[in-house]
Amino acid sequence: MSLVEKYPKEVKQILSKYPPEHKRSAVMPLLFLAQREEGYITKAGMQDIGKILDITETEVASVVGFYTLYHDAKAGKYRVQICNDLPCALRGADKFLEELCGNVGIKVGETTADGLVTFETVTCLAACDKAPMFQTQGPDGINYHENMTINKAMEVIAGLKYAGKEVK
Amino acid sequence: MAHVVLRHRDIPNLNQFDVYKKNGGFSAFKNAVKKMQPTEVTDVVKNSGLRGRGGAGFPTGMKWSFIDNKNWPHYVVANADESEPGTFKDREIMESNPFQFLEGLALCSYAVAANVAYIYLRGEFWQLAAFLDEKIAEMEEAGLLGNKILGTDYSLKIYTHLGAGAYICGEETALLESLEGKRGQPRVRPPFPPTFGLYGKPTIINNVETFANVPMILANGADWYKSMGTADSSGVKVFSLSGRVRRPGNYELPFGATFRELIYGEKNGAGVQDARQVKALMPAGASSSLIVVNGDDKILDTPMDYASVRTLGSELGSASVIVIDDTVSIDWVINKTIHFFKHESCGKCTPCREGTYWMQNIVHRIHGGDGKQGDVDLLLNVAKQMQGKCLCALGDFSAMAVVTGIERFKGDFDKVVKV
Ligand SMILES: Cc1cc2nc3c(=O)[nH]c(=O)nc-3n(C[C@H](O)[C@H](O)[C@H](O)COP(=O)(O)O)c2cc1C
Ligand code: SF4
Ligand code: FES
Repeated sequence: MSLVEKYPKEVKQILSKYPPEHKRSAVMPLLFLAQREEGYITKAGMQDIGKILDITETEVASVVGFYTLYHDAKAGKYRVQICNDLPCALRGADKFLEELCGNVGIKVGETTADGLVTFETVTCLAACDKAPMFQTQGPDGINYHENMTINKAMEVIAGLKYAGKEVK
Repeated sequence: MAHVVLRHRDIPNLNQFDVYKKNGGFSAFKNAVKKMQPTEVTDVVKNSGLRGRGGAGFPTGMKWSFIDNKNWPHYVVANADESEPGTFKDREIMESNPFQFLEGLALCSYAVAANVAYIYLRGEFWQLAAFLDEKIAEMEEAGLLGNKILGTDYSLKIYTHLGAGAYICGEETALLESLEGKRGQPRVRPPFPPTFGLYGKPTIINNVETFANVPMILANGADWYKSMGTADSSGVKVFSLSGRVRRPGNYELPFGATFRELIYGEKNGAGVQDARQVKALMPAGASSSLIVVNGDDKILDTPMDYASVRTLGSELGSASVIVIDDTVSIDWVINKTIHFFKHESCGKCTPCREGTYWMQNIVHRIHGGDGKQGDVDLLLNVAKQMQGKCLCALGDFSAMAVVTGIERFKGDFDKVVKV
């Protein structure tokens, strides 16, 4: 099913934000929509968006490639993205990351055997006063988890098994 | 003193429409659309001395007066990309005092006769964008936004737009490219956005905090605003305080308050963690020249305003103060900042793309314990070579901590390299 068939209301609402002669502006919100279910954007999804906006698939792909929140490959159902940028690192983020990796048994860039969780590191998420922190990116969008301890983080990760069961 | 921007800290539930309204909300905007000429609004902002809070400190009223009135339509864009490491103030403003920000955005739109405004938020703020959409809908319902506002001929629509994880999209022309649906790479300037902005049309871009000041200035007058702060930097600033302090967070202080007040004030940072000494400060997030403190009282007593911070060989920028204490080695700091800039360089121009690549290679070697003395000089050289040669400020930003880190904290580097 194409994006328009699947989400007619959303596509229309997105397009209404921009002048019709500049509908290309809708490429970013449409990409978020296309990424919603699988957690990454398929070739068909890019073709779809190109058709809606009268631009080539290559142009869509070049936008996908530029931004870190878009993915063109499958990973774990949830990306657990730990911030270890300077301000967080000054408050123990590196040590937190190391311990968390040890506890879950995967390294940064790896996915758990059940395919649920991939670990990634990210740069500042505007939550430096609440370090250590990470965000989860999955079927239920992006969620922040702040002022973390290892115990709290393990609870969050365990909870991902059950979260997002009713995908909209 | 009562807060001006972080007013929600004095007034509970200020993010609710009725509460905001009861506390004087929307009166400035109502008064402006009904009784003031657009240029009069700009004049008040000009006279207040308000300077942009996104980093460059450009006079806001003056920027608005540059809007090209021979080319239509006009646009206004709020920069809510907030991605400078150490900066987390716009998020709090939008979460807790959203109407004041939206009212400021509406006042600017009226002042430059724009009928459409966009709020560009970093992609991670998607829930915040949905929250703002609700607030915008509430204002439309009350007749404060939409068609023919309050029975006048003025109409305004405000839309949110999400970025997708690219620091460079905080740079205003990259932001516009991104908003147009392209890769977020900076444009060559001039022309500047007030003449050539979104879709090539005259556009005013300001930071969220800049907008949040505007309703208070219109309501209380330019002189009231100027009575706070210093001659060079009027009014109040929200300082994002992070790093090795006991109470990290946002603190609103008048310009001219000292680093000591911010870091050691009981209601502010409450001192350094484990009672250590301040070694260095980065007043503008990762894009800072490092200020040497080493416990020096005189430095900590420097007023935080644009001019005074410059006398320390740094810039106030977005006022995201990162505190580094004497347990931290500066080569480690540089390793972090370079990693950030290497990751965020958009790749459009060679000096920045190659420079950040080489700086990362060399700093990894040094920080990893495999560096030789010559590597430190090499790193300094690469950084200096970049300065002034890049298309946008990111390139210069990336070199700043490297150059000042090596020049001002040489000993930390000597310690980790082999002779
Ligand atoms: C690399 C780079 C990143 C920037 N990031 C931001 C940002 O996240 N938020 C922001 O308001 N301004 C940012 N700026 C500054 C903007 O280009 C622009 O000057 C600002 O939005 C203007 O608003 P102001 O006058 O209200 O400060 C950045 C600039 C550069 C060069
Ligand atoms: S200086 Fe860096 S971020 Fe700026 S345009 Fe050049 S490559 Fe892109
Ligand atoms: S450095 Fe981690 S949120 Fe800012």
